[in-house]
Amino acid sequence: MVADRPIPVGGLLHESLRVDTSLPVVPGAGVGVARWEYEESRENPDLARIRDRYGLWIGGREEEPLSQKWFSSIEPATEDHLATVAEAGQADVDRAVAAARAAAPQWAGSSPVDRAKLLFRLARLIQECSRELAVLDTRDGGKPIREARDVDLPLVAAHFFYYAGWADKLEYAFPGARPEPLGVAGQVIPWNFPLLMAAWKVAPALATGNTVVLKPAETTPLSALRLAELADQAGLPPGVLNVVPGPGATGAQLVGHRGVDKVAFTGSTEVGKQIRRRLAGAGKYLTLELGGKGAHIVFEDAPLDQATEGVVNGIFFNQGQVCCAGSRLLVQESIAPEFVDRLRRRLNTLRVGDPLDKNTDIGAINSATQLQKITELVESGRQEGAVMHQPPCELPERGYWFPPTLFTEVSQSHRIAQEEIFGPVLSILTFRTPEEAVERANNTPYGLASGVWTTKGSRILWMADRLSSGVVWANTYNKFDPASPFGGMKESGFGREGGRHGLAAYLKGVG
Amino acid sequence: MGGRIGVQKTHKLFIGGNFPRSESGRTFPFVSRDGAVVVQAAQASRKDLRMAVRAARRALPGWKERSGYNRGQILYRIAEMIEDRAETFVAQLALAGSESTARREVADTIDLLIWYAGWCDKYVQVIGNMNPVAGPYFNISTPEPVGVVGVIAPFEPALLGLVGGLGPVMASGNTAVAVASPDQPMAAVAFAECLATADVPGGVINILTGYPAELAPWLAGHMDVNALDLSGASLDMTGSLEEASAHNLKRTGRWAGPERNLYRMAAFTEIKTVWHPKGR
Amino acid sequence: MSRQDLPSFVRSVGSTDEVMVHERVSGLATRSIKRQSKMWALRTAIAMTDLTTLEGMDTVGKVRQLAYKAIRPDPLDSSIPSVAAVCVYPNLVGPVAEALSGAPVRVAAVSTYFPSGQAPLDLKVDETRRVVADGADEVDMVIDRGAFLAGDYVGVFEEIRQVRVAAGRACLKVILETGELGSYDNVRKASMLAMAAGADFIKTSTGKVRPAATPAVTLVMLEAIRDFYAMTGRAVGMKPAGGISTAKQAIRWLVVLNETLGADWMTPERFRFGASSLLNDLLMQIRWLQTGRYQSADYFTRA
Repeated sequence: MVADRPIPVGGLLHESLRVDTSLPVVPGAGVGVARWEYEESRENPDLARIRDRYGLWIGGREEEPLSQKWFSSIEPATEDHLATVAEAGQADVDRAVAAARAAAPQWAGSSPVDRAKLLFRLARLIQECSRELAVLDTRDGGKPIREARDVDLPLVAAHFFYYAGWADKLEYAFPGARPEPLGVAGQVIPWNFPLLMAAWKVAPALATGNTVVLKPAETTPLSALRLAELADQAGLPPGVLNVVPGPGATGAQLVGHRGVDKVAFTGSTEVGKQIRRRLAGAGKYLTLELGGKGAHIVFEDAPLDQATEGVVNGIFFNQGQVCCAGSRLLVQESIAPEFVDRLRRRLNTLRVGDPLDKNTDIGAINSATQLQKITELVESGRQEGAVMHQPPCELPERGYWFPPTLFTEVSQSHRIAQEEIFGPVLSILTFRTPEEAVERANNTPYGLASGVWTTKGSRILWMADRLSSGVVWANTYNKFDPASPFGGMKESGFGREGGRHGLAAYLKGVG
Repeated sequence: MGGRIGVQKTHKLFIGGNFPRSESGRTFPFVSRDGAVVVQAAQASRKDLRMAVRAARRALPGWKERSGYNRGQILYRIAEMIEDRAETFVAQLALAGSESTARREVADTIDLLIWYAGWCDKYVQVIGNMNPVAGPYFNISTPEPVGVVGVIAPFEPALLGLVGGLGPVMASGNTAVAVASPDQPMAAVAFAECLATADVPGGVINILTGYPAELAPWLAGHMDVNALDLSGASLDMTGSLEEASAHNLKRTGRWAGPERNLYRMAAFTEIKTVWHPKGR
Repeated sequence: MSRQDLPSFVRSVGSTDEVMVHERVSGLATRSIKRQSKMWALRTAIAMTDLTTLEGMDTVGKVRQLAYKAIRPDPLDSSIPSVAAVCVYPNLVGPVAEALSGAPVRVAAVSTYFPSGQAPLDLKVDETRRVVADGADEVDMVIDRGAFLAGDYVGVFEEIRQVRVAAGRACLKVILETGELGSYDNVRKASMLAMAAGADFIKTSTGKVRPAATPAVTLVMLEAIRDFYAMTGRAVGMKPAGGISTAKQAIRWLVVLNETLGADWMTPERFRFGASSLLNDLLMQIRWLQTGRYQSADYFTRA
């Protein structure tokens, strides 16, 4: 319960105060021993209203794939087939790009006020359907419904609302520049925040007068297709938003397409580099939001209870399948044993299991492939000599699961300290001085996000200046807001999403 | 033989605040409009480039930590130095073109530098901003220098093009390795001498004369270079340079001309967003 | 620990972050518990209640009513446990002790010139001796917030210590009046100070100051209790009081308790609610769980 380690005796009580204060027996409460179990409070899975088959979304309507190929989207919590989805082939990508290109002049030339109003309406529709959409992402992707409901969906709606307001104010965004859209944006998004990533991509692109062909991730295509329907319902002209599900090959066809003026990709650094090579010399606009190996730095003067929460949230939010996850904990040596104790104690209260259960903290891993990758990296950590800690927890028999995991005795050169695991696995290292913390934090090719916990204000600013990452969370972690730019330095990509800076990725001459 | 025999300057590279010859010992000729070889300029090698990148990396922390006010004064000082030697620049540039064009180019160069000098302590205010997030958080986005920038300067206008590339890079706190126009190595060397006398810390700007076709691929592939200004790269070279830049995901940009452009500065910055809760 | 060390001890107890504290408790607010657990929680909450009246208009008649209600909260259901204690002003301790005589409910008295605490120390000590002599099993004292805010940690410590000695074997609950301390950092400091000085329970508030008990301030205090236990091996209890009037709130508090200190603290010996109207709401919720019908206040006795 409270302390799973020996308690030092003696202590603080003044000698003269050692009076007997043991309570006489409190009246027979008659309530029996503590029985405290959280209810399996399961969100209704049918709210997702999942259809048997989903086609492509091109030119404002659902289309059968010319590829004549279909694939199955799996529910990662059960390994069951969820829906059959059309796979876009080259001819389908051609059609979608053509539809976007055809719609581009009219959309770019449309009244900015009208563009704003359509996007506001879409934001409202998303709010109204947010329970449905939350369940959809939870079932298709495995994330806890609590996160889909309380984090993803509110942010999705807020993102559309925020950029809707920019649509008719673009001339105020960049001093001295005349805002002009790029044309057709080809956007490829990952599976960790299916609808949120779509919102991050689609909202600023449409607000700035571009048209979009969106390729959702192979394992989580459903909410993007639903978004296209809602966009249609909101009155967006046909062809302004097209959705082409499929595997990586579909994404490659889209980003390499001659009719695409702008490519925006969120995903792994490896694929990001491939796209960069592919587009070399093509004269296309490109923004990349890639991997990370976020350092979470805890100083001895930090508010330790909140830092514990922050570190837990930093690595276990969305099963750690977050590009900005705080996957490396750098804790000051003077408090390391105590802090690790706090973390281990807190780990025992995390609930792993059914993502639809509102009490679940850690849901299912997105796919068998991802689970295998996590398992393999964790195994490498053990073999390289790091010490693994996992709380006792029962995992469901079917589905893809990985328990929350800590590694101590990690050295900077271990794979688990260097490679992005994209799972609920925290590597714990120590440091002695602020200089050393910065040096260790920056000693990686990535530069997406980092966290600092200390109560000393000037140290926060000193650290923030020196950390090579696009986002620095001080005394907090994993906070997102449509008004706040997000994106990486170094091999974590280039360009920003969110805020005024997010507009630059979709306008000429200001990026 | 009448009159005095002049002393000719040796045209060398500018690396880490020093003026070395190319380690390769190579030179290449600068031929004037009328076909005469005027000077032999140092022809930089990939090893010179490596030294230049090392110098730029070493100079980066000090340069980016200087106040914008201080950087602005140094950029302004460079403009003073060029103004002081304006006639020399005009004469050198006129060797390969018309004098009136040369005169305009020198004047434009000075004015452009002053424009960027003034931005040094202002661009953060214009490119960065507070973000009104929905919650009890202080949230601010500020531009930071991207790091070491490789600049492939356009062939012409040689001086204005070089300064048009280096101005925004320097002003926003980056350090640079520039490959100057092979058509006008004299102007590049004279510009380097202005830098050396304008309190620019050694290594902040490094200037290599030689052939971009030979040097640019090494710059693009260098893992310790963070960004590239490809304005001077030929269109057919751009593809392979961008491809090489993918190894460490360099930020790349191309600009049509050396116009006054705030967003050319922004292109060599990274937006860093810092969150902090507001509590008691 | 010597007296000179006290100020540096108080300053070294660590800090909190207000925003993250709020996020943590709002995250816990979405937990839902099983039906049988809920029944257990409601009954436990009753057994944890210090049924309280602290009004200028309190009379002997009023507190007797309260005492009977405390013993048998629901006349129609004998399986409902008694509350933990009845908490009253010092002058009413005698009548309450008489009314509760032989019953499994303890007598609690506020002391130290509650609620302001603005009186000379010797008067406070005398008052404490008096209430214990009159039959109080438990003493709810209030700290001198002025002294605490002025940095007189030795003074506050000394006061608690003297009251502690005066209270003898009675259970000592130390009210921090958290709404007046200004920050969670101060709440943590005052919690540690009170525990070090000998508090058996630390308590949020008097009910006279807003904000009184909130889940967030309770969390900060529970974390201090946990850390003090880890340091000294001494388990201190927690009593949120003021503004907790619904069963839903009470369950929310128990969630925070369970997540922070675990089952060892889920007992009236280590956790109390200071409340008055809470009791009937707990009873109504139990009846609702039993019958499946929403309840009316008309069917529950008011003390």
